[in-house]
Amino acid sequence: MNVTWTAAMPGDTVGKRAYVNARLLDPATGMDEMGALLTDGETISDVGPHLFTGGSPEDIPTIDCNGYCLAPGLVDIRVQIREPGEEHKGTIESAGRSATAGGITTMVCLPNTNPVIEDMSVVEFVARRARLIGLSKIYPYAAVTKGLGGKDLTEMGVLSQAGAVAFTDGERVIADAQVLRRALTYARTFDLLIIQHPEEPSLATGVMNAGEMATRLGLSGIPPIAETIMVERDIRLVELTGGRLHFAHVSTAEAIDAIRKAKVKGLQVTCDTAPPYFALNETSVGEYRTFAKLSPPLRGEEDRQAVVEAIRDGTIDVIASDHAPQDEDSKRLPFSEAAYGGVGLETLLSVTLELYHNGHMSLLDALAKVTCAPADLLDLQAGRLQAGGRADFTLFDPGRGWQVHADDLASKAKNTPFDGRPVQGMVLRTVIDGRTVYRVDV
Amino acid sequence: MVGDSASSDFQHRHLLGIEGLSPQEITALLDKSEQYVDQNRQADKKVDLLRGRTIINLFFENSTRTRTSFELAGKRLSADVINMSVAQSAIKKGETLIDTAMTLNAMHPDILVVRHGESGATQLLAEKVNCAVINAGDGSHEHPTQALLDALTIRRRRGNLEGLLIAICGDILHSRVARSNIHLLVTMGAQVRLVAPLTLLPSSVAQMGVEVFHDMKKGLQDCDIVMMLRLQNERMEGNFIPSIREYFLFFGLDYDKLSVAKPDALIMHPGPTNRGVEIDSVVADDFSRSVIREQVEMGVAVRMACLDILAQNLQEERLKKPLKALRFEKENT
Repeated sequence: MNVTWTAAMPGDTVGKRAYVNARLLDPATGMDEMGALLTDGETISDVGPHLFTGGSPEDIPTIDCNGYCLAPGLVDIRVQIREPGEEHKGTIESAGRSATAGGITTMVCLPNTNPVIEDMSVVEFVARRARLIGLSKIYPYAAVTKGLGGKDLTEMGVLSQAGAVAFTDGERVIADAQVLRRALTYARTFDLLIIQHPEEPSLATGVMNAGEMATRLGLSGIPPIAETIMVERDIRLVELTGGRLHFAHVSTAEAIDAIRKAKVKGLQVTCDTAPPYFALNETSVGEYRTFAKLSPPLRGEEDRQAVVEAIRDGTIDVIASDHAPQDEDSKRLPFSEAAYGGVGLETLLSVTLELYHNGHMSLLDALAKVTCAPADLLDLQAGRLQAGGRADFTLFDPGRGWQVHADDLASKAKNTPFDGRPVQGMVLRTVIDGRTVYRVDV
Repeated sequence: MVGDSASSDFQHRHLLGIEGLSPQEITALLDKSEQYVDQNRQADKKVDLLRGRTIINLFFENSTRTRTSFELAGKRLSADVINMSVAQSAIKKGETLIDTAMTLNAMHPDILVVRHGESGATQLLAEKVNCAVINAGDGSHEHPTQALLDALTIRRRRGNLEGLLIAICGDILHSRVARSNIHLLVTMGAQVRLVAPLTLLPSSVAQMGVEVFHDMKKGLQDCDIVMMLRLQNERMEGNFIPSIREYFLFFGLDYDKLSVAKPDALIMHPGPTNRGVEIDSVVADDFSRSVIREQVEMGVAVRMACLDILAQNLQEERLKKPLKALRFEKENT
């Protein structure tokens, strides 16, 4: 198996390309048919079962998809890049290689870099660096509070004009109710979305999920209600302010219940989860595996099942990788001292496809959670196979099995909680703006 | 005619706020003010009307322009005017507001002009004294003479208040000027819009009969009058806006935002202006549009009218029911 990355440079000219003999999957329109896709330059000029029915075109370079799935490039709305500031853990290039290997063509990155993404220059730096590197597209979130300090609001109006797609304090919770109230109110002035890491900090002092497992291991626990309390409080604030709030990586049955009820009430509340929370539970911590130390912590089996159900019934709108690269020095430590987080770009598609392989939902419904749903949430021009749209898509074999080996990951950081897991679904090619940036020659 | 002794349509003992006043009452105050505008432009600005009357300007909050305006108004009517500011007052020594009121009341003033940092403080004080009280601003509640002088300025420029489209922009949340203006303008039949970031809008404000916007260019569309408010840094407990830069960019009045208003739209500001915060310097100084200095002029006339009318009302009340000794009576008893 030969894997190659080719950075796409904006100056490169691309002509027409025909992708024929593909199973076209477009969750936004419900299309699941054999057909072809034609790109012209950086955009899709036509797509559907009607294309090239008379055989492959002779005058256009043609790629035979061998009947594999051709879907919109994945949109991952929760990625920590680490550049600028912690390049030893991860860079825009490392994230770009890892993302394209996972079929992700658009990433949205958290503002917890150094310097924090809280002024126009850093917003522009990230966007410009991503363009120069020519792999996945990157859109930044900007901080809600200055220095992620939880107190003073950032210049959300100016930052939004500069290109920040939404606002979040990243891994930090906006704990002060008055601050979140003002943030939601101020953001509504410009119709901006706030993203919250929902965890009551005074209860989240432990290192793994509270319960029997933590007790046996002698580790301090974080009770599931740390999440529930914050979600319930925040929903009240949304009700008060009329703002728009998105909860990142929800992991507990009760928090999900609260969100479900808020949606029924018509409040502007949405949420996502990450693959570890529907594919793993607290037993993955095993014998103090620090790669399974995540924030929020991996929960019990009942909570995991509730997450699966909520993805299925639509309470959870989006699946995001929650990619959090850590270097070895941060993870090769006693469990309590190790850093939180796991990488997830390369496993996002395969682990999400488990929902399909396990019969929880259709292939299109599973793909929607990582394509059009996140694009719609942040109003990004992405996540669709649409004539006239950007030619960002991925070709994958949904049935092909492989085993996750941490050391084989393209990502600079190797801290995957899925290390050793056999998965199904392999990305064969990733195309961004009409250019193949990643391909596997099997 | 100045000094006319016929009783006006305004029959209250105090002027504590605009809320609740009728269009006739407001018009009476404005008509009377109109007379004083002419008088103030003459060489001899003084009349004998309030000779022998005592006015105390009781300011618990710092003020230069409002206090000076009231002082001048009183002096031009020949009243004896005393200024008491909090720095010298007994409040600093621990006396309560009501103790201060009763102490001053014992000195038989005729009119107290009161400014206080707390909403409702002026009303509390008015309940405890025998004289007339003018609210010169209480917390974020009301500042009736400001609304009257704004109305007078507009009326003189536009002839009428009814039907005008007026945008009040900026820190509505902390503004007593905004509240008094909303009451007055809505009562007089103007169409009032509020434009502010949502963090600077009080809740349920739309129920005061106004339309709410948080985009300047939408809010100023076709307006006859643009009233800017001062960003009240001294009342900003916590985080209402991220920065002055962002505030000016989205809510500061500049020619670009002003371009959507009517071509002859007037610009008003209660002062003091924060240049480059809520208003661009060149806009504030554009005297083809800005009537900010005229507002100050109208202020003296409006305050003379208020002092005149309240002094008359008090006189009539005392004729009907002479004041015997120090007795605390409620209004209208």
